Amino acid sequence: MDTSTLFSRSQFAFTISFHYLFPQFTMGLALLLLILKSLYLWRKNEIYNSSARFWAKILAISFIMGVVTGIPLEFQFGTNWARFSAYAGDIIAQTVAMEGAFAFFLESAFLGIFLFGEQAFGQKMHWFSSLMVWLGTWASGGFIIASNAWMQHPVGYTVASDGRLHISNYWAVLFNSWIIPQYMHTMSGAVITGSFVMAGLGAYYLLAKQHIDYAQLFVKMGIIVGLIASLFQLYPSGDLEGLQVTTYQPIKLAAMEALFKTEKGAGIVIIGQPNVAQGRLDNPIIVPNVLSFLTYRRWTAKVKGLYAFPANQWPDSIELLYYSYHIMVGLGTFFIAIMALACFLLWRRKLFQFRWMQWILLLAMPFPFIANTAGWFTTELGRQPWIVFGLLHTAQGSSATVSAGNVLFTLIGFAGMYLLLGLFYIVLIVYEALQGPVEQMTKEEPPEAEGLADQLA
Amino acid sequence: MQTLWFILVGFMITMYVVLDGFDLGAGVIHLFAAKNDVERRLILRAIGPVWDGNEVWIIAAAGTLFFSFPLLYASSLSGFYLPLIMVLWLLMLRGISIELRSRLDNPVWLAFWDGLFFLGSALLAIFYGAAMANVIRGVPLDSNHYFFEALWTDFNPFSSNPGILDWYTILIGLLALTTLTAHGATYIAVKTTGELNARSRLIARWFWLATIVFAASGTIASFAVQPQISASFFSRPWGFIFPIIALGGFIAMGYFNFKQLDLPSFFASCTFISGMLASAAFGLFPLVLPDIKSTYSLTIQNASGSQYGQTVGLVWWILGMILAIVYFIFTYRLFWGKISVADTKEGY
Repeated sequence: MDTSTLFSRSQFAFTISFHYLFPQFTMGLALLLLILKSLYLWRKNEIYNSSARFWAKILAISFIMGVVTGIPLEFQFGTNWARFSAYAGDIIAQTVAMEGAFAFFLESAFLGIFLFGEQAFGQKMHWFSSLMVWLGTWASGGFIIASNAWMQHPVGYTVASDGRLHISNYWAVLFNSWIIPQYMHTMSGAVITGSFVMAGLGAYYLLAKQHIDYAQLFVKMGIIVGLIASLFQLYPSGDLEGLQVTTYQPIKLAAMEALFKTEKGAGIVIIGQPNVAQGRLDNPIIVPNVLSFLTYRRWTAKVKGLYAFPANQWPDSIELLYYSYHIMVGLGTFFIAIMALACFLLWRRKLFQFRWMQWILLLAMPFPFIANTAGWFTTELGRQPWIVFGLLHTAQGSSATVSAGNVLFTLIGFAGMYLLLGLFYIVLIVYEALQGPVEQMTKEEPPEAEGLADQLA
Repeated sequence: MQTLWFILVGFMITMYVVLDGFDLGAGVIHLFAAKNDVERRLILRAIGPVWDGNEVWIIAAAGTLFFSFPLLYASSLSGFYLPLIMVLWLLMLRGISIELRSRLDNPVWLAFWDGLFFLGSALLAIFYGAAMANVIRGVPLDSNHYFFEALWTDFNPFSSNPGILDWYTILIGLLALTTLTAHGATYIAVKTTGELNARSRLIARWFWLATIVFAASGTIASFAVQPQISASFFSRPWGFIFPIIALGGFIAMGYFNFKQLDLPSFFASCTFISGMLASAAFGLFPLVLPDIKSTYSLTIQNASGSQYGQTVGLVWWILGMILAIVYFIFTYRLFWGKISVADTKEGY
């Protein structure tokens, strides 16, 4: 792989990993906000609404970071991956463009109303805008997953006379069987992030003995939603993802588990360091037969190892792929344990007395971000050496006319820019979090002064 | 079908320039038009609920271009690599400067974001103009229809190795700057009252006058740089309707500005911009990216996606656009009318 392509890969990996820190949080938070607004309309308890207002501020900052860091991604298809774009644009750009047409317009329009329009347009409109923001962000995720799913599992295409791909079946692309498991897994991952942050901040307020009513609400909501999402992450969504990787991408599966030799009754690796040159796992702790059961539903099923495939089809960073996968799965297991324990304590009415549990919730906050990122590393590194699985090599997809020097220039620029953005983001989020969900708008309009939407209704 | 997609992509780019153009212009004038923090917040509030949606048009236009003309997307984005990535940086900085400014009430913080908002907006306007000019002038395409352009070489548009910046593209960049500044100033005049309103209208007038100079010289230069334009207009004379629309919009914009009718002046400015873009697109058609040697030019035929792809694309595109236009009418109606100081309490 030439240097220019390598830098382009680094740049795409860096910009998309940084970007996805924000959408995973806002997609999760959008759901939690919708729940808060619905609770407010249902129970008419002001605490739900002021909580929603507080989290809307956090959402706004995070959302704008997601928007601005998202812009370069679509364009990088063209700037850095020109040959891929020309080769597959007839198909992949359908779903990319649909995201713009169906999700972005929706999100941007209703986010404006959600952030600016509560007083002017009344509560029903405000609830409706929170619903639309949730729908928009989740639709956006859907189209991106559809695009990625096609790169993982290309369907609905024909090869034209000039060697480029043409779309031959729109519905096959839109309802690619790869999409559903990946979408479920990604979205519940996002909900995990949102709920861990909500619970974590609530735990911080409990520990700091501030805003106790809000803190208890945040923790309760965070752990209940978090437990559901963490369980869903394992089953069915994680399980389905595993099955389709087993069926369609057996090399990825072998590399994820660092399984070099084909085994009957293959075990699942808990810990160990892959030694690719020697073709073995150092210092392994393995639970026997589990991998065979998880992948083929039989304890003694045969799982193909890397040596069963030609080495030029192996992913090019097996070590990183292996660790990404194990970090994701390991953290996912911890998430279930933490949330289950917290919910158990909530049920036994001990949660708000045990400070150690609050510490755990607080300190757990960053880990869903890591797990989600590691998950994407797994799926993307595992697709290598292909950019379109089985059809086009990554090395053949980059921009041939863009020199390594120019790509490194922009990569450094992105690094500097994102360092700056990240610092600003942290400053602002810490500032908002320390302000807390206190009622700032004391001179509120009386509820009779409702807006346009309520008059219409 | 290919001609139709040429028109539809052109429509989306025009929507982007007209809509995001006014918030770019607002960014250019806000340092001069607003004399204090309250007025600054008024300007931000005027564009606050809509700028993000406006910007979506470029994302959507790019996506649409990507599937309708994949080779054009691949070739132009990789060829304009450096300026394009810089545009992305500017878009990012400008976006966060709008949204992060009001989060802390600290004079240094505010001044920092104000400066960045101005710089980002002004440079974007110039870059967009220069980008347009590069497409009109043409690029050195190779036999695979790819190219790579340096930021500058010898500043000569007739060079065999042209750069992104030469005297012609800079001229069109300045034309874009004055046009969008006048456009944005007129929008702010529409949305405000009192002194801010009067000041914005005055700024619009000055930039309208400056636009006369750049538009006239830019038009002459375009005909000189790209022979295809005169060929198009003289082989299909009905196309003169577009420059006439542009000229009419331009004159009406100035007339309504002097009459202090801000809203008609704003719509006239929209007409002017649309007319200019349509003229340029008509002049280039059927080329989408000319080769300076006229050998390997990308056209609507050789850059096109598949017939089937463009056909199914049309179905969802129409659906998506209807929805988008409904949201836009909805949002603009909700936030219709003059901005008052009280509005700035919710955000910004």
